[in-house]
Amino acid sequence: MISIKDLHKSYSIGNSSLHVLKGINFEVEEGELVAIMGSSGSGKSTLLNILGMLDIADEGDYILDQVPIKNLNETKAAKYRNQFLGFVFQSFNLINYKSALENVSLPLYYQGIKRKERQEIAMDYLEKVGLKEWSTHLPSELSGGQKQRVAIARALASKPKVLLADEPTGALDSTTSYEVMDLIQKINQEGKTILVVTHEEDIARMCKRIVRLKDGVIIEDKNINQVLASSYV
Amino acid sequence: MNSLKNIFDRDTWQEIFGSIEKNKTRTVITVIGVLWGIFIYIALSGAAKGLDNGFERQFENIAMNSMFIWAQRTSIPYDGFKIGRSIELKLSDIDYLKQRVPEIQYIAPRNARGVFGGSSPLISRKNKSSNFNVYGDFPVYTKIATKKIYDGGRFVNEEDNKFSRKVCVIGERTQTELFEKDENPIGQYIKIDNIYFQIIGVHKFVPGGGFETDGDIFIPFETFRKIYNTGETVQWFTVAAYDDADAVDVENKLKATLKRIHRVSPDDERAIGGFNLGEVFTKIYGFSKGMTLLSLIVGIATIIAGVIGIGNILLISVKERTKELGVRRALGATPSEVRNQIILESVFLTLIAGIIGIILGAIVLAGINAGTQNLTDFPYTNPTVPIPFVLGALAIMIFLGTLIGLIPAQRAVSIKPIDALREE
Repeated sequence: MISIKDLHKSYSIGNSSLHVLKGINFEVEEGELVAIMGSSGSGKSTLLNILGMLDIADEGDYILDQVPIKNLNETKAAKYRNQFLGFVFQSFNLINYKSALENVSLPLYYQGIKRKERQEIAMDYLEKVGLKEWSTHLPSELSGGQKQRVAIARALASKPKVLLADEPTGALDSTTSYEVMDLIQKINQEGKTILVVTHEEDIARMCKRIVRLKDGVIIEDKNINQVLASSYV
Repeated sequence: MNSLKNIFDRDTWQEIFGSIEKNKTRTVITVIGVLWGIFIYIALSGAAKGLDNGFERQFENIAMNSMFIWAQRTSIPYDGFKIGRSIELKLSDIDYLKQRVPEIQYIAPRNARGVFGGSSPLISRKNKSSNFNVYGDFPVYTKIATKKIYDGGRFVNEEDNKFSRKVCVIGERTQTELFEKDENPIGQYIKIDNIYFQIIGVHKFVPGGGFETDGDIFIPFETFRKIYNTGETVQWFTVAAYDDADAVDVENKLKATLKRIHRVSPDDERAIGGFNLGEVFTKIYGFSKGMTLLSLIVGIATIIAGVIGIGNILLISVKERTKELGVRRALGATPSEVRNQIILESVFLTLIAGIIGIILGAIVLAGINAGTQNLTDFPYTNPTVPIPFVLGALAIMIFLGTLIGLIPAQRAVSIKPIDALREE
């Protein structure tokens, strides 16, 4: 599903340049649930941003679902993001003046789907994350866990190939975190490929594979026995 | 192509309405800026137009390119005559003037009693009497200064002059003072200086420039000549030049010709007097044109200021919405979709503000109109703004709105989604 070869990325800070990713190679098969771990500054967020086409690598190949991702202009990147990827952010990033339903239907709007159909699909996904009754509420009227579930519904609504979650539990308490991870595991069981960036060990253990980054290189890449989040709830 | 399709897409507007509705303060402040601009523009140019119309109404019953010429005393000794000689204009001058000054369209010799010195003749009927000014006129006079005659009546005609008929056209006030309310004066007789005259018409008085009043009585020139024994004398000429003639030039030619006929020094400025309405009109029209231009400039400048305000506020709001725009980009909004949304927001706000401003301006103009309706001495009528001007202003606003919207739109697009998302 995802294939990365020899990926490099540096940022220039003033006159000096910071080499963040120093040759990353890894593959993700369809249906995997991968945790990308590392301390801050290890390059894990940069990697996720490049995977999410929010950022562009300096060197290396990136193939997503047999499509080589290169020479992207913003318009093309936007199309690919919309088709291939769903994003879940640490700070939810819901649009605060739109209701839960409107937030979920937003990626569908950018896919050019008609309003009525859009709302039906969005409602299905809200139901899936257990927030059907909250569809008309604004983000400010939702709890953190609910917000993240709306964000997950939004990420799923466009039927992406890959779900990218950047510290999805970073702003949540542990109980809520496990609820969110439970949801992510369920989505994964349905066959969706998911990458989770986290620095929390217990969250990483709920994935099927852990990739550890340190100073811009992969220091460990192993499959693990998944801990079911439902056992904590 | 894609962006054009977007304009007519209901969803695009739903997005725009959503963002406008949810940023109420911003919307209101923005709208007020442009609203004020267009309001000033409409109110000012409407007011200027009202003044324009007012002037036009003041002079609507007299030919634009007309003038009066009269004779006075000489101020320079000439051709053997000493200074201070009285000059009298003659009926025979007309033929000379027409020959020498081809720009003359109409020329009407006039005599009057009670206008320039002297007392008004006594007009009486039965036991009522009053003093009114009496004019001796040829029908050609009405070609220069329109006389509105009430139904059933007419002005003095050629036949009246030919036979020196004792007929007269009276004014509204003459009628009210000499007749009962329900009495029809047409065909009745009144006495002018003890001579019976039959009334052939009542003229409607239109207030405006000049010395005429609502009590004036017009009789045939020839009749006037006989009863007041004026001979060949003409007190003054009323002249209308062709529309394309230069009024000042015509006046000078008339004066020069008259000076030659009456053996007056060409340098004598006093002997022949004149009042040039055409010149006055030109000045007044220049003034009201200036007013219109001024209001146009002020209005458009204010609109521009307002639109710049919109751009400014949108720029701030783009900064505030950086994250939202980043999220939209992450969810698959293309840069052109983001750009179009912001430009459309700008245009939409401008347009709404513009329309409200136009409506408010119209209300104010209607108010001014109602307030000045009954002021006859104030030259102000029907303040309107021509539709093309309004549409033009709207077009300018849409254009400027697009242009100014480009700045924040470009700004929004230039922010990378990754940076937008990172911003907390």
